[in-house]
Amino acid sequence: MNHQDKTAENIDLHDPRIVQSIDRYWRKNMLIMVLLLIIWAVVGLGCGVLLADRLNHFALGGFPLGFWFAQQGSIIVFILLILAYCVLLNRLDAQHAQELQQYRVDRPQTPNRRPAERED
Amino acid sequence: MSIQAWTFLFVGFTFCLYLGIAWFSRVQDTEGFYVAGRGVPAIANGMATAADWMSAASFISMAGLIATMGYAGGVYLMGWTGGYVLLALLLAPYLRKFGHYTVPDFIGDRYESNVARLVAVVCAIFVSFTYVAGQMRGVGIVFSRFLEVDINVGVTIGMVIVFVYATLGGMKGITWTQVAQYWILITAFLIPAIAISIRLTGQPIPQIGMGSRLLDEGVFLLEKLDQIHTDLGFAAYTETFTGSWDKLNVFCAVLALMVGTAGLPHVIVRFYTVKTVRAARWSAFWALAFIGVLYLTAPATAAFARYYMIQSLHGKSEQELPRWFNNWEKTGLIVWLDDGDGRLEYFGPQDPQKFSQNEVFRMGQLAASRFAQIRAEHQQWIDTGGTEGEDGRQVMRELQLAGPDRDIIVLATPEMAELANWIVALVAAGGLAAALSTASGLLLVISSSVAHDLYYRVLNPAATEARRLRVGRIVIGFSVVIAGLFGIFPPGFVSQVVAFAFGLAASSFFPAIVLGIFSKRVGTIPATAGMIAGISFTAYYIIGSVYGGMSNWCFGIGPQGIGAVGMLLNFATTVGLTPFFPAPSTQVQDLIKNMREPEGAGPAVMIETAPEH
Repeated sequence: MNHQDKTAENIDLHDPRIVQSIDRYWRKNMLIMVLLLIIWAVVGLGCGVLLADRLNHFALGGFPLGFWFAQQGSIIVFILLILAYCVLLNRLDAQHAQELQQYRVDRPQTPNRRPAERED
Repeated sequence: MSIQAWTFLFVGFTFCLYLGIAWFSRVQDTEGFYVAGRGVPAIANGMATAADWMSAASFISMAGLIATMGYAGGVYLMGWTGGYVLLALLLAPYLRKFGHYTVPDFIGDRYESNVARLVAVVCAIFVSFTYVAGQMRGVGIVFSRFLEVDINVGVTIGMVIVFVYATLGGMKGITWTQVAQYWILITAFLIPAIAISIRLTGQPIPQIGMGSRLLDEGVFLLEKLDQIHTDLGFAAYTETFTGSWDKLNVFCAVLALMVGTAGLPHVIVRFYTVKTVRAARWSAFWALAFIGVLYLTAPATAAFARYYMIQSLHGKSEQELPRWFNNWEKTGLIVWLDDGDGRLEYFGPQDPQKFSQNEVFRMGQLAASRFAQIRAEHQQWIDTGGTEGEDGRQVMRELQLAGPDRDIIVLATPEMAELANWIVALVAAGGLAAALSTASGLLLVISSSVAHDLYYRVLNPAATEARRLRVGRIVIGFSVVIAGLFGIFPPGFVSQVVAFAFGLAASSFFPAIVLGIFSKRVGTIPATAGMIAGISFTAYYIIGSVYGGMSNWCFGIGPQGIGAVGMLLNFATTVGLTPFFPAPSTQVQDLIKNMREPEGAGPAVMIETAPEH
């Protein structure tokens, strides 16, 4: 099983500029992901569960607030979180693709593959 | 036309529709069979995922469960939707980029181990069979309730339909049928909810109606419901953390369901069917949006029907009882054992004094003859003023059959709202759509686990395309029959093992997949050890406390929430062992890099066209 063979036709994963570009992409991806997951935890597990008894002293129309978060609010926020993720990540992907395209254009005709570097 | 005639019409029509779709989307290769040729548009995949996800239990039982549990019902709502956020952010795009057919594929290749692959295969099969048994039973129940057909005949009809469209069209057939099934089930769920909302609050949007004032009383629905509940000895509807659902248990149960949802193989494989990583993200969004339509409506239906049910039953005499009560009393979902005053009284367990006077019960699994006997002795007990016979209310209470069956909330809502017969019939078709769509998705997971992961990847890697497709079809055929047998002879534990399925998925797959993507360092042995530790602990705890009478010794966490602890244990074991074992090979390192790299590096790897495959 050899996935790199296929990929190598399109891109050299060992070109340092490409490695850097992928690293940048990955760091931004992680940042977006972590931020969204924090909101996920605060709304779902925080407002919906841990703080629900306190929030229930407040009202949202005819709903006690903690109850509303548990049965409506958290679901709405979850849907919006995935929407935000799609928009942000797909934009980031497009940026990243453009960056790679640039490297691919000025890449030598015969890609010289360096031995794999371990980066941990 | 009668309800039954309408039901026959709708069910017949929808079944023809499913078979027609199957014929048009029949497939000739394994890529079509397992991942629908990876050509499903994101929005269609979202609908299919939603139908796949929303089972007979979501459609028929969940609103009833919320109506009984009040605030704590939010456990299911949050757990089953919050999991999609994890799925979208942590798993879906990467697994799509990885580009195989199944979850064991990922585990086996990422950890370079057939042992890990087999552990994953066993988990996938176990989780799926647990689930599918309940779906087949659901099909039988809908048939028997609406068409007065024997449950077993109903299961058999359902089996034949699934058999045809799953073997013919594989994932492609299943996907497009699920798209149709989504619309049928969501329409069937929304119409009664909107109707009862308008009737009680004048508000056509149920989610707003739930927080509105009642038309006849002028007070907020939820406030009124809290007050009625307290008066009748139930815990207040919106009150948090009552009974065994304390804060820790609610927290753990929500977390276990979320993580379990993200780890369920039949949901994960749906993200392999789209064209690109970008489409995988969008289809996660569409999936939750479509699921959200039902999950945001269910709590509203629950509150409306709960209020309406108590108002129209409690304190009423036989003549005053609504017609739906008499209709559903025949099915045993709700039964009335009067104390002799001719007025129905419905009380809850919070107030033991009142609870002993409760007259509303359900038959549950009780044989009709046994219940007839209880009823006869109860009558004798009333007639003789307590000297002969036996108080049936006490017998039923001890059998834990107090209160109506929760399914009645969804099943009887159209009649409570006095909707036309054809809408009642539509609910039957919706219930069948929900059960069949989930069953077919699960059967495909079983088929791919056996035919692809076990047969092709482990036993006979030299098998030809045609042969693999044939094996896939044969396995799906066998699985349908086994699932049908589970439906006809239901193992008594089906309802309890649902917690088990989620706990298992949470404590095994989820940590292994997440660490596999986000760490380049985690190797074979720590990951396998983590999966085994997580599963064993969770399985031991659930089996011990459900069957062995074990106390909830782990901080008082019940079996529903223990998957969260199992997951932490898995993470801790894997991360703890990692420094002592070698990192994965260069090949796997590159695989991970490639997986993290989005579309820029060309299309997702097509495993079938890649060399050495």
